Amino acid sequence: MSMTSKLMRTLAATTLLAALAGCATPGPWVKPYEREHFADPIMSFARNPVSSTYLDHVLESREGARGATGAVGGGCGCN
Amino acid sequence: MQLAHAPARARRERALSPFARTLLALCVLTAPVIAGVLPEDRFDALWHDYNGGDITVQGPSVLVRKKATDNLSLTAGYYEDMISSASIDVKLSASPYHEKRQQENVGFDFLHGKSTYSAGYIHSKEPDYTANTAFYSVTQDMFGDLTTLTLGYRRGWDRVFEDRKDPQTGRIVTDTIIYNGRPATADHRGYTLSLSQILTRNSILSFNYELLTDQGYLANPYRKIRYLSPGGGGLFTLADQVYPNTRTSNAFSVQLKYYLPWHAAVTGQYRFFRDTWGIVANNIELDYTQPWHRWVFDGSIRAYEQTHADFYSDLFPRADFQNFEARDRELAAFHSYTLGVGASYQFGIGSVSWLQKNTINVRADHLIVNYSDFRNALLAGEFGAGDEPLYKLNANIFQVFVSIWF
Repeated sequence: MSMTSKLMRTLAATTLLAALAGCATPGPWVKPYEREHFADPIMSFARNPVSSTYLDHVLESREGARGATGAVGGGCGCN
Repeated sequence: MQLAHAPARARRERALSPFARTLLALCVLTAPVIAGVLPEDRFDALWHDYNGGDITVQGPSVLVRKKATDNLSLTAGYYEDMISSASIDVKLSASPYHEKRQQENVGFDFLHGKSTYSAGYIHSKEPDYTANTAFYSVTQDMFGDLTTLTLGYRRGWDRVFEDRKDPQTGRIVTDTIIYNGRPATADHRGYTLSLSQILTRNSILSFNYELLTDQGYLANPYRKIRYLSPGGGGLFTLADQVYPNTRTSNAFSVQLKYYLPWHAAVTGQYRFFRDTWGIVANNIELDYTQPWHRWVFDGSIRAYEQTHADFYSDLFPRADFQNFEARDRELAAFHSYTLGVGASYQFGIGSVSWLQKNTINVRADHLIVNYSDFRNALLAGEFGAGDEPLYKLNANIFQVFVSIWF
């Protein structure tokens, strides 16, 4: 195994460990009592799903692109 | 000017590729899912109207969501397109037509701890196309509910037919398309990864990635390519399109929503798209939402651009110029803009306790599409094939809908 290869593996392992360590103890930096704005319907990514879906329908029928329109749930945690 | 037509047959404008329709329906079904919280019980009834490029599409759309238990929410929907088309594609080699497409969907969301499991089925039917899709997704709240991760999979299977006018009776009959020795079908698979992240107490970010694959008969049987007629003279000849039988696309998007201090919200979006047909597309969008007493007002602007597919050409130099040939406008290079405004009014119904939150909504959008390499072939007699003005589409889109939370 060459020195370069060893170095790359070590670097990859270190990066992975650092990433995992970083994921181990995440603290919610926005506390639940600070999330009242996300309970407001105007902060929803899909406030009127029937309407936004229809408009996507119209646009996508005339375009080559498709997918990833972003209509997904939103990590609100406002319950 | 004289056109040498391919054999005449009924042609029509397909309002939307079946898989795209299914994807959009899936958005309805999955959009409100927030892990750890089931969607609200609500009823939506919408009437839509599209008018542009000598095409009119109208119809209703209904969606109902209802919790069956504390952990289970059921959904059912119905959507209809009534299409009346005399578009530039239809005028080129056929007659205007009227058609109806109906779509039904059912699904559920099951909440278990901080996970939400969603599944459903969609069926779409029109005289010459049936589409079926089953889907499944898992949504998980993480990291103190600041992060939501969604993984999704879907599978679609379609049957493709072709309408044609019987020369003897004049009636429209539906024929089976034989493709590679078998009745034409199309299979679709989709994989979705979505991540939303609360950034600050006023902002939330959403990232979405989607991989889609298609296999089978993917062309529109009613559209034609055109090529220069032998002998020149500014004439062209129409011929059938030939599409690849596979397509794979990758798309990712980011959305950032920010809560403004004066009780308003602004959203910025960007999407990048690329597929194996050579199409590269980008779009950006800016939305603004402003509540005022019982009203909520919306405004939006969207810009979109794409390159053309590798096998697209407005005018091929000769017959059988290459293996794959297409002249679908959706595969051409163009840029477009969409401007939209909307208003929503909230009201309650007096003594009915469960009808205290209802809204009536209107929305209008204007779409402008400027094609870079799709010409108005109807003017070939005046300008000569290949020298016609570029085609431009202007369309108005209206929606009226009622939402009831119960």
